[in-house]
Amino acid sequence: MNFAVLQFPASNCDQDALHVLKDVLGQSARFIWHKENSLAGIDAVIIPGGFSYGDYLRTGAIARFSPIMEAVRTFAANGGPVLGICNGFQILCEAGLLPGALIRNRSLQFRCEHVFIKTGNNDSPFTNKIPPGKILRVPIAHGEGCYFAEDATLENLKSNGQILWQYTDAKGELTGPANPNGSLWNIAGIGNEAGNVAGLMPHPERASEAILGSTDGRLIFESLIFWLENKMARAA
Amino acid sequence: MARTNQKKLARSAVFTQHHPVPRGVVRAVAMKARIIVTPKKAVLDPQGKSVQNALEHMGYQGIGAVHVGKYLEIELAGADGESWRKQIDEACHKILSNPVIEDYKFEIE
Repeated sequence: MNFAVLQFPASNCDQDALHVLKDVLGQSARFIWHKENSLAGIDAVIIPGGFSYGDYLRTGAIARFSPIMEAVRTFAANGGPVLGICNGFQILCEAGLLPGALIRNRSLQFRCEHVFIKTGNNDSPFTNKIPPGKILRVPIAHGEGCYFAEDATLENLKSNGQILWQYTDAKGELTGPANPNGSLWNIAGIGNEAGNVAGLMPHPERASEAILGSTDGRLIFESLIFWLENKMARAA
Repeated sequence: MARTNQKKLARSAVFTQHHPVPRGVVRAVAMKARIIVTPKKAVLDPQGKSVQNALEHMGYQGIGAVHVGKYLEIELAGADGESWRKQIDEACHKILSNPVIEDYKFEIE
């Protein structure tokens, strides 16, 4: 599959994402600079973590107006899968491609640690390879990861199966202490209504090799690859 | 430029003589937008809460909820207030605030 990893000024997880896609998962992947305006030939888009535009104004607020984001909007509208990781999640929310917003952690602390997440919907392009009930151990590193949305939006997310990941303890319980940032409903990641756009605060690309202490994150990329292969097989 | 004009300009622009404006910068700032962005009431504001706690801890009596927001000042060329009001309102909605979590108000003068 042909993956695009977008690069904004101060993206800093772009290399990690490309490395996992190419070297760990054997996919074709390339960087696309934010000033470009075409995603021709691309099967899936990854918006990586970082501090695009220094997080000025609000996280993701300026990056969403970069030229490439128009192409991402069109790509997503045509059903192309887009995954935003950490700052990428923040950018997708700012762009309105995902509902809600990510605000300052309730603790006001930058949290950098491994957390546990459970998957709320195993039938999405980003979760189909995650065994039902499996608790993933993945790292987070953010200061603005507290997910906020109005009650009606949260109810919609729930009833549409858009809550893809929630912070839990090691046993999979949704507890207060397991929530590292104060996110409403312990939300760690969500999808859009159509299902082809998703974002999450944890970093699956930092949990895709045994040497890094966890390979759970790989399941998210493998889900996406499996979904794309099926999609192409159906189209053929 | 004729010599008399130069003199006139020098007399009327004492300030700019001492504070030369770099080439390319709009010199005639006629108006200013002053914008205040605050977190929506329903949104958790841990910063405001921390400041409130600090003020109470310092012994200030009668401190209520504190909300920490942003203040932006934008220099505007020209004098068409009505047109700027429309444009600044649009910019506030599109980028300067996030309507999901923030309210804004502004004045132009």
